[in-house]
Amino acid sequence: MEDLRRRDFLKQTALVGSGLVLGQYLLTDGSGVSKPALALVSQTTAEKIAVRLRVNGANYGLRLDPRVSLLNLLREQLDLPGTKKGCDHGQCGACTVLVDGRRINSCLALAVTCDGAEITTIEGLAKGDQLHPLQAAFIEHEGFQCGYCTSGQICSAVAMLQEVEQGTASHVTPDVRRDGPIELTDEEIRERMSGNICRCGAYPGIVSAIREVSAAGRSSSI
Amino acid sequence: MKPFAFTRASNSQTAIQAVVRDQAAKFLAGGTNLVDLMKEDVEQPNHLVDINRLALTRIEERNGGLRLGALARNSDTANHRLVRERFPLVSQAILSGASAQLRNAATNGGNLMQRTRCYYFYDVAMPCNKRQPGSGCGALEGFNRMHAILGASTECIAVHPSDMCVALTALDAVVQVEGPQGARSIPFAEFHRLPGDTPQLDTNLKHGELITAIDLPAAASAFAGNSYYLKIRDRASYAFALVSVAAALDIQNGTIRQARLALGGVAHKPWRAPEAEAVLNGALLNQETFRRAATAALEKAQGYKYNSFKVELGRRGIVRALTVAAGEGRTA
Repeated sequence: MEDLRRRDFLKQTALVGSGLVLGQYLLTDGSGVSKPALALVSQTTAEKIAVRLRVNGANYGLRLDPRVSLLNLLREQLDLPGTKKGCDHGQCGACTVLVDGRRINSCLALAVTCDGAEITTIEGLAKGDQLHPLQAAFIEHEGFQCGYCTSGQICSAVAMLQEVEQGTASHVTPDVRRDGPIELTDEEIRERMSGNICRCGAYPGIVSAIREVSAAGRSSSI
Repeated sequence: MKPFAFTRASNSQTAIQAVVRDQAAKFLAGGTNLVDLMKEDVEQPNHLVDINRLALTRIEERNGGLRLGALARNSDTANHRLVRERFPLVSQAILSGASAQLRNAATNGGNLMQRTRCYYFYDVAMPCNKRQPGSGCGALEGFNRMHAILGASTECIAVHPSDMCVALTALDAVVQVEGPQGARSIPFAEFHRLPGDTPQLDTNLKHGELITAIDLPAAASAFAGNSYYLKIRDRASYAFALVSVAAALDIQNGTIRQARLALGGVAHKPWRAPEAEAVLNGALLNQETFRRAATAALEKAQGYKYNSFKVELGRRGIVRALTVAAGEGRTA
């Protein structure tokens, strides 16, 4: 019981509260605990689609309603609620995850289109108890207040630093014609992170956390 | 979201056939717009045909120009070495739109197929001739700050949201499509439509036609040294344009040999401004020329209650973009 997480508690109380409505869709996994499956919305759909995914190093073989977003799959079915649902319309970035190493909004990706993909979420960044450098830097620089956007911010920043390493230009890069290393100014960081909104306004801390990790990466690679 | 059937297509022909069979079937590429619209019940396809596995992701040289695969991601296109070198206007335009996450998912073909962000189109409780022909236009007498000032009709004053397309129309890109009747090429200016009395039609694509590539002609690389995409919006990043300007100049000895000018955020389609180009072509490279071009570009502009500011903003934006393209006052 001490392991009971807030989310499980909310899920179970919600189920009790709406048991009459949900009852006919409840599935059991044999553990004696009823839980809502994705099937909540799928009963009118003709055909489920086979999907194979690798998430944070674990392989999954699934059959999914094609309407399920990657975000809902992660949170509701794979028990990875670290990825957050903010706007659910690709406008806030809270749901940012890495798909085959690239950052995307998981709310706008139908999970069935991710067949064969390798996905990394916030849960996959730390190595055991050792935080990813960006996770540590966000704590150090107070890159958050309420924390709701943070997993999206950090996943986004991980990919963003790789994009900079690859020399990708941004809207504020002085001359897109010139190939070569990008100078990661604060203006560049802000532009490249503009797809991640923070309603608490922790942007100064976010920028300084990213700046520090970027600078450390450079010095360690010399 | 309404239920739909889902098919993964392995080649263009099977994808096209699957869509042709059902009037309510659609191709699914990056999904950044379509999935969003499906969540809002604005789009309600019976059948999605996933084309993400088709071999249409390459960006390659062709006839001295570049062929951009329809399924190359916006981010890969913007940062392709040859696009940055020869068609920097395209890179700049793409990079000014959306966010890094969205550009990573969104495809070139999908960028052309984006639907308007008009609030009345998105809100299924409001009238909208584009979403539901004959229901009226909520924007005409409503909150129309983001709306069209050129080429609109009483049926629809929505604007096309793309930045990339503004650069593509300026550079005379050509859209390659395949359909049930075979392949054809569509000049960019003829790809999107003005609303007229059929605002439900955004483009001249027929049902079942699939965009396979977008060609940038060799001649357009003449502008590589003097082009600029200016985007004016309500915040510094990650917002749709109020007005945007794609300006491209080919300059010789202080004279404009040829010019291209296109506007975004002002019309139902990416707006090419031939009247302005006529002023610029052969003229002396100076501010007076730029001002005359700006006046010509917006001569037929008509504002509505909340967006009349766009007319003057457009003129000033044109002068600014041409000034930067000419190599003066470039500020990142």
